[in-house]
Amino acid sequence: MKLLKQPRWNPYAVGIGIGVLSWVTFGLMHQALGTSTTLPKVAGFINGLASSEHVQANAYYAKLFNADKGKVMFDWQFFLVIMLPVGAFIAAKLAGSKFSEKVPVLWSWRFGDSKLKRYALAFLGGAIMLFGARMADGCTSGHGLSGGLQLAVSSWTFFIAMFASGLITAFALFGKEGRQHV
Amino acid sequence: MFDFASPLTIFYGILTGLVFGFLLQKGDVTRYNVIVGQFLLRDFTVLKVMLTAIVTGALGLLAMRSVGLDVPMHLKPAVLGPVAVGGVIFGVGMALLGYCPGTGVAALGDGSRHAIPGILGMVVGGAIFAEVFPAIQNGFMKAGDVTCNVAGAITDKITFADLLGVSPWLLAGILTVGALILFALLEGLGSKCAIKTSPDTPSGGRTTFASR
Repeated sequence: MKLLKQPRWNPYAVGIGIGVLSWVTFGLMHQALGTSTTLPKVAGFINGLASSEHVQANAYYAKLFNADKGKVMFDWQFFLVIMLPVGAFIAAKLAGSKFSEKVPVLWSWRFGDSKLKRYALAFLGGAIMLFGARMADGCTSGHGLSGGLQLAVSSWTFFIAMFASGLITAFALFGKEGRQHV
Repeated sequence: MFDFASPLTIFYGILTGLVFGFLLQKGDVTRYNVIVGQFLLRDFTVLKVMLTAIVTGALGLLAMRSVGLDVPMHLKPAVLGPVAVGGVIFGVGMALLGYCPGTGVAALGDGSRHAIPGILGMVVGGAIFAEVFPAIQNGFMKAGDVTCNVAGAITDKITFADLLGVSPWLLAGILTVGALILFALLEGLGSKCAIKTSPDTPSGGRTTFASR
């Protein structure tokens, strides 16, 4: 119980925990940890409410919603994704966290306190990121974690590309000086 | 189209999401500063968590498969064009948002308000890709497809063990040792040592390792 109330765990211990979780998902559930497929599925679902013909005619949505191959809207990954904030919430509240963040410290140092500006660029960042994830067919969990641990050629290619690009972008945004504000 | 998986699969998904979200929060990677701090090479928490998870997962997966358990692989095709370009685009978006998809959704439960527009952006980014996909599915999306003959079948779902023709245990071993050396350096285990670069002179000439 004391352990659960600690605000932070050792990062190596957390890594081992996620690694063991992957044994269970691979070995017992026959699934690979991943998150980013669910987001265009949600987009397709919302799109489908407006025009189901449009979604049915789209080749990408046809890949995502292929019931013959067991690819359905409300699948393993969908429930994983919606439970992620619940798991994080429980972890935070057990430690008594009252953390709330609208504009991160580093961001306001560089770009000011404007909530609107931060929210707009967070939206843009999310959109760019997911576009890339779907092009690459995976994200930090599907490629980085699950693909990485399978020693997949695709996933290590993704991992190196995204890390290099993230590093360059972060230095372009915040510069060397930004390091003092993390 | 909008069907449900089996109740057991749904239960498994709920369980996995709870544990994964819990671990991400305890590991501090649901925080903007920690993720951007990694890209600025200031805070190595993300690398420590991810690399430990990858090594642990790799050894366990190999062990389960070598004792003959039914543990299918879930490899993504090595279509290196879209994978590399997608990775570059992904990195730009991730540095701007300050979360990856999994940590961004989890950050919602950890008090991050700006994760909300981030998640909405993710849905929109997914929708934009769906509209672009038909135009590129037979061209760019197939660029740089690397295939190997794995157990008599030609496939692009390949590992480095397939590509290099070596045992996966060898590669997992190298990965483990490499990770341990990196962790030792990150924890400053070599910081009290020095390499002599020139003969002792009154002016010195010793270079010390800076570990951070």
